[in-house]
Amino acid sequence: MRAGDALSVENVSHRFGKVEALKDVTLSVPRGAFTALLGVNGAGKTTLFSLITRLYDNTSGVIRVAGHDLRREPSRALARLGVVFQSRALDADLTVMQNLSYHASLHGIPGRNAKARIADVLAQVDLSGKAGARVSSLSGGQSRRAEIARALIHEPDLLLLDEATVGLDVKSRAEVLALTRRLIAERGVSALWATHIMDEIQPDDALVILHRGQVLERGLAADIAGPNGLTRTFLDLTGVEAA
Amino acid sequence: MTMTAPTPKRRGGWPIAFLGIARRETLRFVNQRGRFLAALVRPLVWLFIFAAGFRAVLGMSITPPYQTYVLYEVYVTPGLCAMIQLFNGMQSSLSMVYDRETGAMRTLLVSPFPRWFLLASKLVAGVLVSIIQVYTFLAIAWFWDIRPPIWGYVAVLPALILSGLMLGAMGLFLSSAIRQLENFAGVMNFVIFPMFFASSALYPLWRMRESSVLLHDICAVNPFTHAVELIRFALYLQVNWLSLAVVLGCLAGFFGAAVFMYDPAKGNWARRKGEG
Repeated sequence: MRAGDALSVENVSHRFGKVEALKDVTLSVPRGAFTALLGVNGAGKTTLFSLITRLYDNTSGVIRVAGHDLRREPSRALARLGVVFQSRALDADLTVMQNLSYHASLHGIPGRNAKARIADVLAQVDLSGKAGARVSSLSGGQSRRAEIARALIHEPDLLLLDEATVGLDVKSRAEVLALTRRLIAERGVSALWATHIMDEIQPDDALVILHRGQVLERGLAADIAGPNGLTRTFLDLTGVEAA
Repeated sequence: MTMTAPTPKRRGGWPIAFLGIARRETLRFVNQRGRFLAALVRPLVWLFIFAAGFRAVLGMSITPPYQTYVLYEVYVTPGLCAMIQLFNGMQSSLSMVYDRETGAMRTLLVSPFPRWFLLASKLVAGVLVSIIQVYTFLAIAWFWDIRPPIWGYVAVLPALILSGLMLGAMGLFLSSAIRQLENFAGVMNFVIFPMFFASSALYPLWRMRESSVLLHDICAVNPFTHAVELIRFALYLQVNWLSLAVVLGCLAGFFGAAVFMYDPAKGNWARRKGEG
């Protein structure tokens, strides 16, 4: 765990009643890096994201965003966090501009600054021409890019993307993934990309494998994959049967 | 990418956040014209049909704040104002449950502002929308010869704000307790309808006592009764102090309970299981 990490999660556990959803999870996201969080459905990815976004508090351990302890300095920590949730978070009845203005206000960004930032982030995600369009009229891929624009509006240090490509066709999936990697290169933002799709992970990505609430491996994807490849290694590690 | 992005507190962004939330609620309301019409048609049906029918059956004696005999339509109007707010509070609550299921609620709650402030902003924004509905209803009722003193329209505003806040806070609390959208029908049957019918909205409490003392006592402790009476007295330039105290007390209680339930460390929210 380095002092300059965009995110550090140290010995975090969490229970829902008798169910232990996360067990002593430790991971970090270095600044300006793409880190993949790989796990099957039910591995604990969404629970971990819920803790990092402080939808609820972790019962043990420490979570720091850009060096700010989430429980001691929630306001500072959350101000540095941009989140793309697994489920749709934009209001379908409102336009893209209205949605982004709303989210800018949730970060206390005044009107003039908000307009400039909205124009900037929409250009970044190639949606400049869709500012006045209702979200309900967007395609799945466009909608996801609008969600990413929303998450970027307050210039966060860390982007959390929870299964951001779920429900998208192959082309849109590739676009959203490429966009995220481009944002890291161009804006210097860090990203924690939760997924269960191994094709989305490149050999030089940082990788964390989460299974049944525990971190099984963390390191460079190529190192973890070894000679057997990522799919075989993942199946061996988790004991999950291939379909 | 910057590491020096100021926090909302330092930037003085609280009013910006509140106005943003209020603007979103208003836009949603404007976009959902059906919701506006439904909110208006419901009390108007009661006023034009139900009240007209019951006028002959239900005699009204002279009771405060009225200083003379009044038509049943006049009596029932404050109750219908409160009904608009009750249903608006439940509508907000319903939309919060829906927002929670879709993820929109999460984006609100991961804002760096304190959760109590976000919930309070949403509550106040919802009340502003309900007040627009109530004044539209009162304007239509004016043409139906329901004409309180002209200053009553001004005096009723603080009462509407307080009653709207109390009913909205109740909706907020209920939304935190409801796990799925499907459970909302139960809330309508077990909370909304009993609350509305076991109140002074449609019949004076003395009438209720003639039928059943127990029912009268239930109506007398119903917070909705006090919201109705607060509005009724204010509309006729008077203050019902007991109702004011009950409404303020219930507002504090419901809002406190809602904040607790949405607390990341304590309430029901913390016990919800994630999916991935």
